[in-house]
Amino acid sequence: MTGIHIALMIAERIGEIMKKEWMEQKDGCYTVRTCGWSPPGDHPVGCGMKLFIKDGKLVKVEGDPEHPISQGRLCVRCLSLPEYVHHPQRITYPMKRVGARGEDKWQRISWDEAWDIIVEKTNEIKKNYGAESIIVFGGTGREACLYYYPLGFASLGTPNVCYPLSGWSCYGPRCAITDYILGAGYPEIDFAGHYPDRYDNPQYKVPKYIVLWGKMPLMSNPDGFYGHSLIDLMKRGAKIISIDPRINWLGTRAEHRLQLRPGTDTALALGLLHVIINEDLYDHEFVEKWCYGFDELKVRVQEYPPEKVEEITWVKKEKIVEVARVIATSKPTAIQWGLAVDENPNGVQLGHSILAIIAITGNLDVPGGITLGPPAALLGKWRVETRSELSEELWAKRIGAEAWPALSTALATTHPDETLDTLETGKPYPLKMGWFNSSNFITPTNSAQPDRWYRALKTLEFNVVQDCFMTPTAMAFADIFLPLPTFAEHDGVVITHFGRNAIFVGAMNKALEVGECKSDIEVCIELGKRLNPEAWPWDNVEDFFSDQLKPDLGIDFNELREIGVYQPGYTYHKHEKGLLRADGEPGFNTVTGKVELCSTLFELWGEDPLPYYKEPHYSPMSTPELAREYPLILTTGARTFTSFHSEHRQIPTLREITPDPIMEIHPDTAASLGIKEGDWVCMENMFGKAKEKAHLTPTIHPKVVHASHGWWYPEKPAAEPSLYGVWESNINTLIPHKHIGKLGFGAPFKSIICKVYKVD
Amino acid sequence: MSRNGLLIDYEYCTGCHSCEVACRNERKIPRGKWGIKLTEVGPWQVSSDKWEWNYIPIPTELCDLCSERVAKGEKPSCVHHCLGQAMDYGPVEELAEKMATKGKKVAMFIP
Repeated sequence: MTGIHIALMIAERIGEIMKKEWMEQKDGCYTVRTCGWSPPGDHPVGCGMKLFIKDGKLVKVEGDPEHPISQGRLCVRCLSLPEYVHHPQRITYPMKRVGARGEDKWQRISWDEAWDIIVEKTNEIKKNYGAESIIVFGGTGREACLYYYPLGFASLGTPNVCYPLSGWSCYGPRCAITDYILGAGYPEIDFAGHYPDRYDNPQYKVPKYIVLWGKMPLMSNPDGFYGHSLIDLMKRGAKIISIDPRINWLGTRAEHRLQLRPGTDTALALGLLHVIINEDLYDHEFVEKWCYGFDELKVRVQEYPPEKVEEITWVKKEKIVEVARVIATSKPTAIQWGLAVDENPNGVQLGHSILAIIAITGNLDVPGGITLGPPAALLGKWRVETRSELSEELWAKRIGAEAWPALSTALATTHPDETLDTLETGKPYPLKMGWFNSSNFITPTNSAQPDRWYRALKTLEFNVVQDCFMTPTAMAFADIFLPLPTFAEHDGVVITHFGRNAIFVGAMNKALEVGECKSDIEVCIELGKRLNPEAWPWDNVEDFFSDQLKPDLGIDFNELREIGVYQPGYTYHKHEKGLLRADGEPGFNTVTGKVELCSTLFELWGEDPLPYYKEPHYSPMSTPELAREYPLILTTGARTFTSFHSEHRQIPTLREITPDPIMEIHPDTAASLGIKEGDWVCMENMFGKAKEKAHLTPTIHPKVVHASHGWWYPEKPAAEPSLYGVWESNINTLIPHKHIGKLGFGAPFKSIICKVYKVD
Repeated sequence: MSRNGLLIDYEYCTGCHSCEVACRNERKIPRGKWGIKLTEVGPWQVSSDKWEWNYIPIPTELCDLCSERVAKGEKPSCVHHCLGQAMDYGPVEELAEKMATKGKKVAMFIP
């Protein structure tokens, strides 16, 4: 059978939801169907759209109604894509620096010259200091997440790929916890995304309740979950339980709101377990058959009666009892865990507790509950598995791998905090060359204390930056700047949840060319051919993708273009069918073969095997002395519709909607500090300070303030010391380095202390 | 002949601004002006377990209900792109029926 036959069979199976023609000519212009992934826009959500090209320019973007998930809907970030693609400040040619670092002096060069410089420097640094002295930095959620591993392991040949966010506080911790507790891929709520006919599929059930735990998916579309699916589900009867320090918009539509003190989530989770277990509301059959350590957990939760949990969390004990009963008795209930699990040094215990609630209430891998990805990531072969290109000896040099086994077992990166220590101390060896792949992390995005990283990164001898625009990070460090295309300008694939529970694989189709940009995969191949040709036999990206797609999906890249979106389908109750374990036996892919309510591996790594609550490092309770100076609790990072982290600050349409960084403060607190709506205020603590504009709102607790992240000012001077005003509203300077959990995960981005005062 | 209108279900309008930008793209409206503009009511607490917080986009003089698109059999751009699928277009009588069925938090505009 030919590939096209297989594609046709698949098309038949999925009911030919999208038509075959992905490119159409119309009235002197043409349209190209594609699926989006930052840059610019978002996580691998893969929203479907049509790009309208006229005279070589992107003139309009329309949502594609045939796309099974986004169904024609489109957010403002993609609706304003033409402004991004053709922005006068975009860098669309390779450049080399001709002044000192931090000076805004550049010269356009050819790709050949760029490769010559890069190859010569790479070989020289490898020869003098070893391949491990090269480090690749990757950013949050962009398409580069698929490519910075092979770039590091297979093209450059270094074991050091770094996601610099303190405590790896984004997605990685939740994936690692799931690996150890469930032995499965990412747990996502069942929103019928796996089916072409969506909510009408006969297998599907709408969740009775959806618990949003530290998560606001409408703006964030986390990891590829289409946020507004929540609205679809609410219209179909699902009720919301919102667990969040802020009453967000969904919170105002929720049946229950648990407005907890930032950073105390684990106490709340243990309080819910206390009620569910002591009131005998759990699923006995599931617990007996499929869980390990229930008795131990039962003993542990006795330490968290609702009265005590109320004192810790500020959530009324009656509410804790009521919500615990609702979660346990309404089936199916789906709990969606958010970034608040990762951005918390006590987050491993929080994630463990949330998985325990899901499991013992019988909501794991059932229709309308929580779906589970298979243990191995879809299309994972060309990513983390390319580490097989490295010798064992070299792989053992990965920074922080030995000291942090819980992190290095689940993730193929360095330990982020340990990496900053290495840059500062030169131990265990000096780092000499940096490759910044789509990461602008001295802007308050994915690093704690970016000012400290900024000073430490100055020690690198040679740096390459790949991005679409000149950013503060590129201005400070790039010696060579390689221009990245937007998703409209190259061929690629979008895999939701980075393949760990793929709802679909979408085709990203090149619609136009701007300047001489090269995509991440083109850079991997071209650099790989020069440095490690055996690993990169492909002559073009189509052949590369076809070779990756065929074994897993049975189709090549052109067939993917023709079906538009490939949904792999879904099987529930995998643990009963032997689909989670390599040996084909029923059960979970963990040490005990069961859901580990008491973790074998945590204990092995010196951590408590059971979940426990730990007060934040800095809080009015743990540091009352400091709290006299810094009386407010600061939480950060809520999203807006108008940006993806530090992206989009230079896009006029989006900046018009969100012109300034906004901090939220309760009107009573603001009044006591003489702060009025729209005043510029400074948030300051023992680590740093940041200026944002005050928005007075009763949706936040009087003792808590919230600050936005990702701010820099493309309109301000580029050169040092301004770096586009990157230090003015840099909220991550208030977040300390290496205040992480015992297993190396989680940093206090969502629970630190500060004071607030008015500034001019 | 029946007039056409724009229905807004403000129980589910999430304030995403897609209607504003989609409209501006379609009608080529310069910055500073809008064919449809989001308004916000709230947030405030109504009672111990109730909050008010509504977004309602209001079409302006510049809205022609996307007559060109509609003539081609397409939906108005705002309706097409609305993330909450909280907008509808059609004859006012049909929309009025839908409003009566919905029963709460719904408005109609005849721009």
